Amino acid sequence: MHNIWTIAQREYRHFFISPIAYVFLVVTLLTLGGFFFLDIMVASQTMQYVPDIQRTLSLLVFPLLFLSVPVITMRTIAEENRTGTLELLLTTPLSDWELVVGKWFGSFLFFLTAIALTWIYPIILNRLISPGLDRGPLLAGYLGLILFVASLTALGVMVSSLFNSQIAALFATFGIVILFWVIGSPAQVMSPGIAADVLRYLSITDHFYNSFLVGVIRIDDIIYYLSLTAFALLLGSVIVETRRWR
Amino acid sequence: MIRVSKLTKDYGLRRAISDLDFNIEKGEIVAFLGPNGAGKTTTMRILCGYMPPTSGKAEISGHDVVDQSLEVRRIVGYLPETVPLYPDMTVFDYLMFMANLRHVKDAEDRVDEVLEMVHMEDRASGYVANLSKGMKQRIGLAQALVHKPEVLILDEPTIGLDPAQIIEVRNLIREIGKEHTVLLSTHILPEAQQVCDRVLIINKGRIVAEDTTVGLQARLTGAQRVSLKVRGEVNELVPKISKIPGVLKVTPELDNTLEFETSPSNDARPQVARVVIQSGYDLLEMHMSTLSLEEIFLQLTRDEPSSPSLDESATLETEEER
Repeated sequence: MHNIWTIAQREYRHFFISPIAYVFLVVTLLTLGGFFFLDIMVASQTMQYVPDIQRTLSLLVFPLLFLSVPVITMRTIAEENRTGTLELLLTTPLSDWELVVGKWFGSFLFFLTAIALTWIYPIILNRLISPGLDRGPLLAGYLGLILFVASLTALGVMVSSLFNSQIAALFATFGIVILFWVIGSPAQVMSPGIAADVLRYLSITDHFYNSFLVGVIRIDDIIYYLSLTAFALLLGSVIVETRRWR
Repeated sequence: MIRVSKLTKDYGLRRAISDLDFNIEKGEIVAFLGPNGAGKTTTMRILCGYMPPTSGKAEISGHDVVDQSLEVRRIVGYLPETVPLYPDMTVFDYLMFMANLRHVKDAEDRVDEVLEMVHMEDRASGYVANLSKGMKQRIGLAQALVHKPEVLILDEPTIGLDPAQIIEVRNLIREIGKEHTVLLSTHILPEAQQVCDRVLIINKGRIVAEDTTVGLQARLTGAQRVSLKVRGEVNELVPKISKIPGVLKVTPELDNTLEFETSPSNDARPQVARVVIQSGYDLLEMHMSTLSLEEIFLQLTRDEPSSPSLDESATLETEEER
């Protein structure tokens, strides 16, 4: 635990030493803020609908987190590998899985920070509309968002452990994330059956858009994200381990 | 302290080291000497638990490097060849990070202590990116020392430094060697001679010689070599000196110098001096020249004439002489 925390802390601090964190947070909050503002303006002028937080949240998931998670995670292990600091870390009493989990946790904490900052929108919205926001969908949406980011980050760290090059890690992560994003689509045209169910179950979006975002918390969705995270981290540890044998 | 037996490592089809056997006792400073690509780094990486050997066994303080990798990593300090630092951290933060990974108690005090050891206490709050190469090397050393390791493994600790920095780092290693067991690799022979108690010469993955620096010289010099400098042309002297009993071989050199070999049992030096004077020459200089480690090294690794390390050691030797 101590080792994981040491690694995670350095990882988290790194974002704030470099301009990465500030640029990311400014762009994310500006984009969301602009959209949020337009949404409220359109709603108040047309009087057609009541603005809700779901639209802002889904914008945060796509394209903001979809694009930024691979960019943030690409350097985690690939960079250590390229500069030779991985050799240093792997000759300290730090096991391979602790390194991978620490790296993941540091990046995950960074996204948690970003997500926490977006709380400002529901707080504003809650004051604007009466009788206030529906708490259920809001909390479910945020829980889903956190689980979603945990698994995306884990996939990114896992892919980063495969490469020396950050750019290679970036594109490979995009590839894998897109795969999980669209894997459910063929199920819509397939005849119902086990194959279609499996594809739908694997889809990273199905478990979010059709459940958490609309205010539903289902145990199997939670298990899906947790197991995807655990699986990616396990695979990442195995990859780091095999690196020693090459 | 370090026991290595039949250590072999293959990278695919290429054999990096084969059947290495050596022991290092507690408190020794030992140099691993060999041309580039001889297998020094591979051996060191195996010893500090970075990668496992293909076959064979290595133990540090009785812990197997594969089966008890974490124990080994706890007692070993390692400085890889490419000094691994994080440029975006301050020196102090970097060392704190390493100290935490190594579970150092009272980490802050200890970091201050190692910073003092490497004479970098005034740069503690500076960023690693702004340090010179020599300073980075010293921070690398500090990192390897932070957990008071029993064994220190340093891969080419003086590579890429300027002569003043080289001397500084060497002194530091000698100082450290008083309390720790040190294994360092180098392809610079004078370095091994100056810093180390014992030398392991490795070439093409095999140990070709193992001895103390003094012993190695004695073993390879059967005869005593004497260098002679006179005023005037030396070539006429060569046949005269050759005739003296006890002189084995005479070779004229540049700058009115010649070199002759004499057997230790029948020292011909007084006779040679007399002959030189009687022939009407002024004798300017006469001194014993022992075989340098460079020559020993060349003899032992002769089947590799175009070794890149030879050029480099030659240039570094001239730096030494300055």
